[in-house]
Amino acid sequence: MTAADFTKELSVIEGKPALRELDELISKPLETKPNKKFYIALSITLSLFSLLVIGLGLTFYYGIGMWGNNNPVGWAFDIVNFVFWVGIGHAGTLISAILFLFRQKWRTGIARFAEGMTIFAVMTAGMFPLIHVGRPWLAGYLFPYPNQHSLWVNFTSPLLWDVFAVSTYLTVSLIFWYVGLIPDLAILREKTTHKIKKVIYSVFSLGWRFSNRHWQHYEMVYLILAGFATPLVLSVHTIVSFDFAVSIIPGWHTTIFPPYFVAGAVFSGFAMVQNVLIIVRKIFNYEHIITLDTLEKMNKIMLLTGSLVGYAYAMEFFIAWYSGVEAERFTFLNRALGPYAWAYWIMITCNVVSPQFFWVRKIRRSIPVMFVIAIFVNIGMWFERFVIIVTSLSRDFLPSSWAYYKPTYVDAMILIGSFGFFFTWILLFTKALPVVSMAEVKAVVDGAQPSHKEH
Amino acid sequence: MSDKILYGCAAVFNTPDEITHAAEKVANAGYKKFDVHTPYPVHGMDDAMKLAPSKLGYVALVFGLSGTLGALFTLWWISAVDYPIVIGGKPFFSFPAYIPVMFELTVLSAAIATVLAMLFIFFKLPNNSHPLHGTEYMKKVSSDKYGISIQADDPQFDKEKIKELFETLNAAKIYLIHWDNDELNHKHKILEPKFLAFLFVVALISSGTAYFTLNKLMFMVPFNWMMDQPKQSAQQKSLIFDDGFGMRNPVPGTVARGYLPYQFKGQPDLAGEKLVNPVPISNESLKLGGQKFDIYCSPCHGYHGDGASRLRGQFPNPPSLHSDKVRKWSDGRIFAVITDGQNIMPSYSTQLSVEERWAVINYVRALQRALNAKESDLQ
Repeated sequence: MTAADFTKELSVIEGKPALRELDELISKPLETKPNKKFYIALSITLSLFSLLVIGLGLTFYYGIGMWGNNNPVGWAFDIVNFVFWVGIGHAGTLISAILFLFRQKWRTGIARFAEGMTIFAVMTAGMFPLIHVGRPWLAGYLFPYPNQHSLWVNFTSPLLWDVFAVSTYLTVSLIFWYVGLIPDLAILREKTTHKIKKVIYSVFSLGWRFSNRHWQHYEMVYLILAGFATPLVLSVHTIVSFDFAVSIIPGWHTTIFPPYFVAGAVFSGFAMVQNVLIIVRKIFNYEHIITLDTLEKMNKIMLLTGSLVGYAYAMEFFIAWYSGVEAERFTFLNRALGPYAWAYWIMITCNVVSPQFFWVRKIRRSIPVMFVIAIFVNIGMWFERFVIIVTSLSRDFLPSSWAYYKPTYVDAMILIGSFGFFFTWILLFTKALPVVSMAEVKAVVDGAQPSHKEH
Repeated sequence: MSDKILYGCAAVFNTPDEITHAAEKVANAGYKKFDVHTPYPVHGMDDAMKLAPSKLGYVALVFGLSGTLGALFTLWWISAVDYPIVIGGKPFFSFPAYIPVMFELTVLSAAIATVLAMLFIFFKLPNNSHPLHGTEYMKKVSSDKYGISIQADDPQFDKEKIKELFETLNAAKIYLIHWDNDELNHKHKILEPKFLAFLFVVALISSGTAYFTLNKLMFMVPFNWMMDQPKQSAQQKSLIFDDGFGMRNPVPGTVARGYLPYQFKGQPDLAGEKLVNPVPISNESLKLGGQKFDIYCSPCHGYHGDGASRLRGQFPNPPSLHSDKVRKWSDGRIFAVITDGQNIMPSYSTQLSVEERWAVINYVRALQRALNAKESDLQ
């Protein structure tokens, strides 16, 4: 191996493509008619989505008695899915905000897609608390508005904080996404020859004209938004964890929950982004934009957050023993050895063991292997929420009320259907908007910035 | 072509180094109304153009802080003033619990305000009628070229001089950009029928949606199975009994437990003669009587039996219980009034048991005595 030149920054876009080529490549899916593969994929996701529609229809018609929830386990698949999808939604803002603040240039290739995923994941997640309340048509009461009952909501409840956190997160993510899209829509406006498309792009690009007097403010706003979105993304899963940590159920009532949930959210979000991007870069030939180096960096983040999650699992056990609280000790032993031990060990294998393979450079850079590991991580993170929620509730302080929770077919339909809902949006997104930010990627191509030599 | 009004003179360059250099030169030459157009923000361009730092940070600061304080004020007003309710033994104003919501509203208002301010106040967008739109120049700078334009209304503007300057800077191409006459001559009138129709439709849709959501949707019960219980309600037709009545009479010849018929219905004077108060005056009976009097009698007769009640003025004034007439009535006569009612006063026989009625009478006697105390009571 020759000595590397560490004084030179490595390029994040391979092969120094011409800027116009990047435009052509990234806008190609929008300008060509969808092919057969797209329709096959869409028909699959729509079929899955129809499962969701049927499952929700049954739920609304007969009531949530169609689910497996029983007396001690009042929170089950509905809340598990909610936490899972909100977690998935954390990668987008992390990539676009936190990595932006850290000046990580490799984020440019994946930021737009991850932000889109965030929005769709939060939309999917937002559905679950609504159906969980049983009568979603009354969910408007969650918002404090002056109503004719002169009633207000309970501002000391974490469940209400959740309403604020998730809706703020969705709104700010949408704003962030749209602000990033404006220059790209202007590029498309200038490129397109289609009359209707031109009108649509003109309306949504607001007449953006690439002026540097605008870019100056634009970059400032991007910085401010990133500065606000960074604590926001950390706050969202923190508040989700408060739903549990503020209660007194053994296994929930722990102060480690906020950081542990945030690490888990980033972990699962990155796994999902990596999975989908591997497919996207292959289909659309973006291998030189979303490079292997980028994927490797994502794997490193997964290794880090996966280890944090593993540490949290261990620390939970230690504190349960160290606290000397009998109920806590029992809960954790019950998780590992009780009736839900199967779920616990699936979680440990997928979340703690599987990312450890990323210590090996070869595995970190092998696409098929990392794809499989990321799938395992997603499965494991779903089971983590299942373990936390269901095992704690099914055996709490009062042994006489213990019960085993079993999901019903309606639960399964809603879970599978939520993936259909999410991926339908993803598919439509790939055909409707540029999945890579053209303006941002151009800025990090080699030679795109002035060399600052003497003129 | 020549009758069009000139917007400005523009040039495109091939490399970021050239455009930075050109921007410096143009700025140094003293031009004020010029702009650089690049497909992405080029580093160092703000310095080259001599732009003052963006002031958008102040917008974020002001709106972020007003979000925080507005949230704090709203939460305080809601939970401590308008609807104070004890939750989990916490104080009405429990600040630590407000932090999450305050934080979220800070972020929300700062993010929305900053972006709106940038787009609509700083950039004056949407502006699709700018003369640069639809030009070849815009097509190039949106994709892979770097452009600079100097506006015709710049005090130093001189077409030939600028062309010369651009040429010395090695411009790839130089354009003269004109206003579009159609767009210039088009006047947007406020009272244009199309615009009015648009406003009307927007108003209709938004008010209709708000009305429907708040007044209809919130009260809809689509699948209302819980209300539908297989039980017999009062006044409902019964399928079980032959006569079809859901409400049943007691079996003939039976008497409910504790039921004693009242013999003097409609004969209050007779009742006054015959009935004797069986409840002795004691601490307990006065206490019970006072309690029941406060609940059932005081709304009209007042807490002291003088008729000074909260209903005074809204109803025919109830008579004082301290009148000579009532004081001279026997206990049985008062019992008849409570049991049967009198004038507008209804019967209280369902609210007060027989014993309670007598206890109330004892209490009324105590009230009367209090207003007309004898010398001996003071000792």
